[in-house]
Amino acid sequence: MTVRKYLVLLAVVIFGSCGDVCLGRGMRDFGAVTASNWHLLLHAVADPWVILGICFLIGFFCTYITALSWADLTYVLPATALSYVLMALLAKIFLHENVTLEHWLGIALITAGVGFVATGPSLTVETSSTAPGKLPDAANRSDA
Amino acid sequence: MNAAAIWSGIGAIVVTATAGDVLQARAMKEVGDLGEIRQSYGVLAVVRRVVSSGRFMLGLLFMALAFFSLLITLSWEDVSVVGPASASLTFIANAFAARIFLKERVDHRRWLAALFVAGGVALLSR
Repeated sequence: MTVRKYLVLLAVVIFGSCGDVCLGRGMRDFGAVTASNWHLLLHAVADPWVILGICFLIGFFCTYITALSWADLTYVLPATALSYVLMALLAKIFLHENVTLEHWLGIALITAGVGFVATGPSLTVETSSTAPGKLPDAANRSDA
Repeated sequence: MNAAAIWSGIGAIVVTATAGDVLQARAMKEVGDLGEIRQSYGVLAVVRRVVSSGRFMLGLLFMALAFFSLLITLSWEDVSVVGPASASLTFIANAFAARIFLKERVDHRRWLAALFVAGGVALLSR
């Protein structure tokens, strides 16, 4: 694992949690959306908070698939679970939501889980760019 | 809505979300390291390579199905039940699916990580 790869995992965590918090903040202004007032969703997508949330979530998706291109799924999912922790902290700070003892216990469990997986190898299967004696797949294509 | 229907809904979320994750993970391994491709050929090449992957697009379809399954199940039961149950079960299901379909070596450390994170997410979502 290089510094760049750790930064990509950090970006997954930050983009994911910021995206969800922004969507939560934006949807607060609209109340519950039901079948009878579904058109509220159309107004919601024009809300600045929702737009910012969608931008963050696009960033999340791009960094998430980047991480999947060089690490196992069973490494990326637990390693980026810190986004749940960051989301709880951001919700407490910016949305003034209540963080209970149960929540803190959940945060401790997730942090322990991340610690377990982060100390192990990120990749256990052979990929197109890690196969011994084989050039990265990119080198065999003509995208340039 | 009865309990069987609610758990069927949660099961549908878990299965479709796991299928989406596994398909995208497989697709990205086939595409190769996106960082290397971007450095060699630029961002457009990365986009072209990713969206031309059939598995990636199928993964997106399953993720969309997971999203709609979540919306439908949320109309039957509270988010405090559906959220923790689906998120934590998806973590466990992903560990099994990655071992079976992606041939990842899920050692005791990764099993513990999946179980701890699943438990933590369940507590955090309550």
